[in-house]
Amino acid sequence: MNDPLVIAGTAYNSRLLVGTGKYKDFAETRAAIDASGAQIVTVAIRRTNIGQNPGEPSLLEVLPPEKFTILPNTAGCYSAEDAVRTLRLARELLSTEDRRHDLVKLEVLGDPSNLFPNMPETLKAAETLVKEGFEVMVYCADDPIQARMLEDIGCVAVMPLASLIGSGMGILNPWNLRLIIDNAKVPVLVDAGVGTASDAAIAMELGCDGVLMNTAIAAAGQPVLMASAMKKAVEAGREAFLAGRMPRKFYSADPSSPTQGLIGS
Amino acid sequence: MIQLTVNGQPAVLAPNSTVLALLDERGLVGKRVAVERNGEIVPKARHAEVRLADGDRLEIVVAVGGG
Repeated sequence: MNDPLVIAGTAYNSRLLVGTGKYKDFAETRAAIDASGAQIVTVAIRRTNIGQNPGEPSLLEVLPPEKFTILPNTAGCYSAEDAVRTLRLARELLSTEDRRHDLVKLEVLGDPSNLFPNMPETLKAAETLVKEGFEVMVYCADDPIQARMLEDIGCVAVMPLASLIGSGMGILNPWNLRLIIDNAKVPVLVDAGVGTASDAAIAMELGCDGVLMNTAIAAAGQPVLMASAMKKAVEAGREAFLAGRMPRKFYSADPSSPTQGLIGS
Repeated sequence: MIQLTVNGQPAVLAPNSTVLALLDERGLVGKRVAVERNGEIVPKARHAEVRLADGDRLEIVVAVGGG
């Protein structure tokens, strides 16, 4: 089925976006990402480790930007200023002579104990970044009003949390997600909270355009197998959404087999 | 010698050193890194020409695993 996810004018076959944190080593990172089928992978931007062995491979050698779309994030930033600085560095890091890297994931956190987004700072950072030509995919609260504000600023995708980052608690407020989806003209992706395959399928059945996850795969007993499960769940949820589910009948049953022609009638 | 702050740590370099010389000292030439000097990006193409001054604050970053 040809049903691409289009973000900032680029079409992607996979609607599953994955993070690259919390894996036991780079080999497991790459194997899980390959099993997930993801084309967009998030990375964090950090200071070079002075004690690091310069001969060690770097993440971008394991996940070459020629093969994957690298989505640098601002994880750990608690102000618009830090987030903007981080993404300017990310753009410099990922740009080549022939191509400027503009696609980024903005997240400005508000509280280290729950990693909820600081929405006023998020909106402020989004305005600056859009003005500077960034294509901003933005982690946000599941608030349809602020999701609309981010879209109006010019963000290329809005990415509400389904539950807290790294919690694996699943889709806690499907009604708010539906409000955001119904109001949005840009892709809506669930970012954060997915714990297992059924959560990803539920997000897609609600009409989300994609799902971004990290811990649900990396912290699974077998990350590579869970990555494969998530790929199927996102595809299944998307097909179910497009197919349109049957109406729920709360107070009546309807047999699937013919009611005529029973023996002994 | 000039006193710098590199990734939050004090560092000392010969006067008139370039950004490239700083990267060389740290084994980072040819690696995928990005450099910010006093809050401004130093583009890769200018690493060999931008000279560091006493008191400069530098950030050198890489991509690492993250969600």
